[in-house]
Amino acid sequence: MDRLTFDLTQTPLREVNHFLHHNVSQNGGQAIDLLNPDGAHNIAVGLDAPIEVNILGHAGYYAAGMNKLANVTIHGNVGPGVAENMMSGRVHVKGFASVSAGASAHGGLLIIEGDTSLRCGISLKGADIVVGGNVGSFSAFMAQAGRMVICGNAGDALGDSLYEAVLYVRGSIKSLGADAQIEPMSEADYEVVKELLDKAGFSHAPHEFKRIASAKQLYHWNADANQEY
Amino acid sequence: MCGIIGLLIKKPELRNSLGELMVPMLIGMSERGPDSAGLAVFTETVAESHRKYSLYSSGKDFHWSELLDAFQAQFNTTVDLQTHGNQAVLITDLAPERMKQWLKEQDLQLHVLSTGRAIDLYKDAGSPPDIANRYNFKTLKGTHVVAHTRMATESAVTPAHAHPFTAGEDFCLVHNGSLSNPYSIRRKLEPRGIHFETDNDTEAACRFLEWRMQSGDTLEAALQQGFEELDGFYTLLIGTQDKLALVRDAFACKPAVVAETEDYVAIASEFRSLAHLPDVNTAHIYEPAPEEMYVWTV
Repeated sequence: MDRLTFDLTQTPLREVNHFLHHNVSQNGGQAIDLLNPDGAHNIAVGLDAPIEVNILGHAGYYAAGMNKLANVTIHGNVGPGVAENMMSGRVHVKGFASVSAGASAHGGLLIIEGDTSLRCGISLKGADIVVGGNVGSFSAFMAQAGRMVICGNAGDALGDSLYEAVLYVRGSIKSLGADAQIEPMSEADYEVVKELLDKAGFSHAPHEFKRIASAKQLYHWNADANQEY
Repeated sequence: MCGIIGLLIKKPELRNSLGELMVPMLIGMSERGPDSAGLAVFTETVAESHRKYSLYSSGKDFHWSELLDAFQAQFNTTVDLQTHGNQAVLITDLAPERMKQWLKEQDLQLHVLSTGRAIDLYKDAGSPPDIANRYNFKTLKGTHVVAHTRMATESAVTPAHAHPFTAGEDFCLVHNGSLSNPYSIRRKLEPRGIHFETDNDTEAACRFLEWRMQSGDTLEAALQQGFEELDGFYTLLIGTQDKLALVRDAFACKPAVVAETEDYVAIASEFRSLAHLPDVNTAHIYEPAPEEMYVWTV
């Protein structure tokens, strides 16, 4: 099957995004390659069809944000807010991701092969995130639902004010945030880690990971806490 | 927003192309900073007895030749003047204190933008592409450059509020972000005789770090002090005669991307300002970590 190619030095990004939103059903399911992204903002945002898009280079802010059904691969690094508010589908970053990767994502899978900067998975609402490298400080802050598998280390205040999201970390954790705690891994946890590592293409052993979840102390107002949160 | 740009050339043959490589970086950051732009370029160092002064005239039709005549009538010493519209670089062996005193006495509304043996500084209000054309940035040569595009958030849009800021000699700083304690820093420095020229928050960071170095700190020790004292959000890029330094605050709210090859180190707020650089696709590209120092030596 032929591939459809757009060179972003030749075709304005606005036209490419318009095509991806409105005309993509007419191209018979061909994969779409975007050349020379050169750090542009908002590449392949708001996709809502089961298509494959390859961004061949580095992308700027909000790449593949609000994704639904599409399978987007970025063959480079990404700026802030990759896959922000993703609903479903898959976003795969081959390099590193800047701050707020996968923020508020409701569903789908975000894979980052390299490191992520701060606030990865902030306010996560149901998506799965697998990070091959390290995550920066304040990752999974106020994450409400979903799962994160972190193959490297985590920075400060991991999982601060977590709700129901669950984090699995293979490396060291610089510090846990308020109300986050390390919990024993159950058989179900090992299965989750294995499932997500397999989907992301990483071959670590699930028993190397530890589980971090909410101690649920913040769910109820405690008048005796005396500002100790 | 604001855009920061830094370029340090490792390969001597490329130093003549500094301006050509840098201008697309600056223009790439126009949307982040559409109201003012400026840069400090570190060129060949003049003799120890000499100083370079980058001057800015707030009047549009400044007669630089008259300034030169007046200087020569007053002092029996060498002077070289390169003019670029309302900005000029003056090189002389007159002692810095006497030179600054004389410029003040002339009452010509001339502002000294920078002093040193290697630094030339240009800054102005207007769009970055206009400013790059106005001062012919493409022709700049040198070892390293620190540049900035400004979107004013906390103080006025004037040439004086544009970045880079300078203090002392051969020291400049650009900033993306906002400081929450510039006035407490000022209150600390002013009783020590340190004079501020604007109400801009970046000037406080610039004068603080330079004051630490005047007090004997290395650049790295001064930056460590900066982590303790500077409160707020910042990505700072600092240029000295032989160094380029990059730091971000503990929350890393303000962006920066580094591309490093055997030929150069390039820094910008966003990758799109680096995309045109030669061999950028094989460069080591990374995002600086919060509260870590990145220092490169020429």
